[in-house]
Amino acid sequence: MFRVASDELNSRVPDGPLQEKWDRHRFNLKLVNPANKRRFNVIVVGTGLAGSSAAASLGELGYNVKAFCFQDSPRRAHSIAAQGGINAAKNYPNDGDSVYRLFYDTIKGGDYRAREANVYRLAQVSNSIIDQCVSQGVPFAREYGGTLANRSFGGAQVSRTFYCRGQTGQQLLLGAYQALMRQVTTGKVRMFPRREMLDLIVIDGAARGIVVRNLESGKLEVHIADAVVLCTGGYGNAYYLSTNAKGCNVTAAWRCHRRGAYFANPCYTQIHPTCIPVSGDYQSKLTLMSESLRNDGRVWVPQQKNDVRVAADIPESERDYYLERRYPSFGNLAPRDIASRAAKERTDAGFGVGETGLAVYLDFRDAIARDGEDVIRRKYGNLFHMYEKITADNPYRMPMRIFPAVHYTMGGLWVDYNLMSNLPGLYVLGEANFSDHGANRLGASALMQGLSDGYFVLPSTINDYLATASLPRVVEDHPECTATMVAAETRLKKLVDTNGSRSVDSFHRELGLLMWDYCGMARNREGLQEVIPKIRDLREQFWKDVRVPGSGKGLNQSLEKAGRVADFMEFSELLAIDALHREESCGGHFREEYQTEDGEAARQDDDYSYVAGWEFEDVGEEPVLHREPLNFENVTPTTRSYK
Amino acid sequence: MSSDTLKLTLRVWRQSGPEDQGDFRTYRLEGVSTHMSFLEMLDVLNEKLIADGEEPVAFDHDCREGICGMCSLMINGQAHGPDRGTTACQLHMRRFRDGETITIEPWRASPFPVVRDLVVNRSALDRVIQSGGYVSVNTGNAQDGNCIPVASAKQEVAMDAAACIGCGACVAACKNASAMLFVSAKVSQLATLPQGHAESSKRVVNMVAAMDNEGFGSCTNTSECEAACPAEVSVSHIARLNREYSKAILFADS
Ligand SMILES: Cc1cc2nc3c(=O)[nH]c(=O)nc-3n(C[C@H](O)[C@H](O)[C@H](O)COP(=O)(O)OP(=O)(O)OC[C@H]3O[C@@H](n4cnc5c(N)ncnc54)[C@H](O)[C@@H]3O)c2cc1C
Ligand code: SF4
Ligand code: FES
Repeated sequence: MFRVASDELNSRVPDGPLQEKWDRHRFNLKLVNPANKRRFNVIVVGTGLAGSSAAASLGELGYNVKAFCFQDSPRRAHSIAAQGGINAAKNYPNDGDSVYRLFYDTIKGGDYRAREANVYRLAQVSNSIIDQCVSQGVPFAREYGGTLANRSFGGAQVSRTFYCRGQTGQQLLLGAYQALMRQVTTGKVRMFPRREMLDLIVIDGAARGIVVRNLESGKLEVHIADAVVLCTGGYGNAYYLSTNAKGCNVTAAWRCHRRGAYFANPCYTQIHPTCIPVSGDYQSKLTLMSESLRNDGRVWVPQQKNDVRVAADIPESERDYYLERRYPSFGNLAPRDIASRAAKERTDAGFGVGETGLAVYLDFRDAIARDGEDVIRRKYGNLFHMYEKITADNPYRMPMRIFPAVHYTMGGLWVDYNLMSNLPGLYVLGEANFSDHGANRLGASALMQGLSDGYFVLPSTINDYLATASLPRVVEDHPECTATMVAAETRLKKLVDTNGSRSVDSFHRELGLLMWDYCGMARNREGLQEVIPKIRDLREQFWKDVRVPGSGKGLNQSLEKAGRVADFMEFSELLAIDALHREESCGGHFREEYQTEDGEAARQDDDYSYVAGWEFEDVGEEPVLHREPLNFENVTPTTRSYK
Repeated sequence: MSSDTLKLTLRVWRQSGPEDQGDFRTYRLEGVSTHMSFLEMLDVLNEKLIADGEEPVAFDHDCREGICGMCSLMINGQAHGPDRGTTACQLHMRRFRDGETITIEPWRASPFPVVRDLVVNRSALDRVIQSGGYVSVNTGNAQDGNCIPVASAKQEVAMDAAACIGCGACVAACKNASAMLFVSAKVSQLATLPQGHAESSKRVVNMVAAMDNEGFGSCTNTSECEAACPAEVSVSHIARLNREYSKAILFADS
């Protein structure tokens, strides 16, 4: 199934005590003299929180930046959809928070599968992110006295989440987008919207450019630079149905992987416990109901199996508040992986609610009785409104019906402490990298990580590479550029010319179902062994029978989707292989063979305390496993307990 | 919940490219579940077109939850369709009747040229933001967040304005194709917050000039924009823009 390399991946984590690593490292990194910065060109692919913040900050430093996104405007990146909030260790509520506690919660929340040094840096930088965003005019929620307000999120017992109603991602992204637009005005950043990255150009072993398709004209373009920064988001849409935007894809990351970048921990996928359940087979995506709702909502199912009474008719004594029952100290704020599996456990056992039985209740009755409807409306109004629009039910009157859905991907391209992949000159930021969340991400930590990477980490680390790499000049008709462009063109042509009988969506749905059934909330050896050949078969059928109407000229949305689905078909196989190889349960990766008596994940630290970095061989060939051992010098991995 | 289905006649604008004239094409669709979203209904139409060997209808969308601002459909002459405060992607088919004819067009405004079918180019809105829709603060310059207190009432006003999703429905709904609501949302957010004060005069003057340059029409206070706006941005922000603009012109110091 796979081969194991004997080398160890070098994370380049600096020496010294945890608290001093980042400072010392920044001191030791080479700088680029201000006047020389304008001689360097950097490509940033993606304009979500990670990409916009990186591109704007690099522009401010004086680099020449080209930024790319596939939407018609950089402001529409998927980060815009984040609802609940962003963490920081400000300790404004005076409830015992600290940089160390945020670090500790994140490491523990990730089930001890993340790098200590990265996570500590993230916690250190978290406070500057809030300051930066406030100064940009991000309208964070305030207390009556005008100071910043906080709320709680899963996996923490302190209140450290900053938020803008239920639109935190939108407001943070608009802050970063506006900083980016300002740099476009200064001329330091050139923005290329409606461009899809189709391949990475590697020259003499270093990342030197990209091939993109102009989605409006259909033309392929080559762009050259001294470094390429990938900020292209997560791969949750491998499952077809997810909370991700429709355009989210693995293409950019996968194409870099095919060019030599290692893909780390692809099996770490996060299933979010609170999403609106599937309603029919036409369903095109799933909608998240923010985790912040679990601050005030109580999760329950009937104590009786297959109870058909409406929620209001079920008396208190016949309700099972199973999170509060199983995890008394964290209750409804148990981390996502745990809350999702607990919902699956109840519905599998026949206690689910709603037409399909694949749902549980999230009930605000008690919170409304306690605080009044107005307070609840002020906190969650837009989420309740969204729920009502989709389901036609009023959550002020009856509990929401929710079910877990694919939401976030902790895995991603492997990067070292500098956020550089194993390919020199290729940096990976935000959800696209694997770096900080281990096997499970805590709520409100992705926004923090994207902005930490883009505002603060990359602008410090990239200087060192540019100052020392002594890269030869390349031009756009370099043979490697031409070859990469021709390869992309050939592939597009093949997709159009196949002219089979099935639509791209029908293949994507089928792949998604396979992944959800065999590689979803719970996995086991047999299932994984079964699904790998199924994915291969489906991929073969795809290339024989896909129908992409129209041509490569001009806007062709079927062609865009086809390219993405083709990459998901290759990527999903690696995801399954990684899940099969990891003979343990940790965080979002739950292997049924490895669980405790009461059904909790059982890690196997002796054998699997490492990052799995996969090297690409060829489609359908055995990938090669490179390991990066995880060393815990500050916290001792224990069995996570939220009881 | 009922599982009713609808039979629909769809009149859809088809235009093969920016240079093409374009025209309406009529399609019939049966068995449309009332639980579907409007875009899922278009997905079903497209699957049918693909099966019939035709090219699917191009339309913009991404988040499908009302926040990215990508979807942009005129539905029966209304930007984003009949529901108030709702994007096309959040509109559900239970809003329509069995046997109904639905007309679907792209945003119509000269600053938004059609790319294909229902897809338009809205980069003019980005250029308006580039002219000043930001606070000029470099990464690293910030003081502690709590050093800038903001009264919660002001913060609420700023947030109401900041909720704009940049969809352009206000422009599409306006007979003058004015972008006043969009521009005022940004001006008002930043004028309300202390962080934006230092640049407020320059910002409003430059953004209004950029809006005019892009060919957006002038505002004649018909409030069609507010009615169409999925983020429910109020025209009171236009009033604030006008005040800011007068102040900037009256007290111009350069
Ligand atoms: C519904 C929802 C709610 C969430 N809520 C929260 C929350 O409350 N708190 C929190 O911390 N996290 C939350 N998350 C997670 C968080 O939003 C994301 O992990 C984060 O925003 C990802 O940011 P990013 O910059 O890495 O990528 P994205 O924002 O996904 O941006 C990707 C960018 O890459 C571009 N791109 C992608 N592929 C290509 C390509 N091939 N060619 C060119 N460009 C490409 C896109 O155009 C886009 O600009 C939420 C996620 C979802 C789905
Ligand atoms: S003001 Fe409203 S209608 Fe206009 S762009 Fe913003 S959200 Fe869309
Ligand atoms: S698709 Fe994002 S707002 Fe409609």
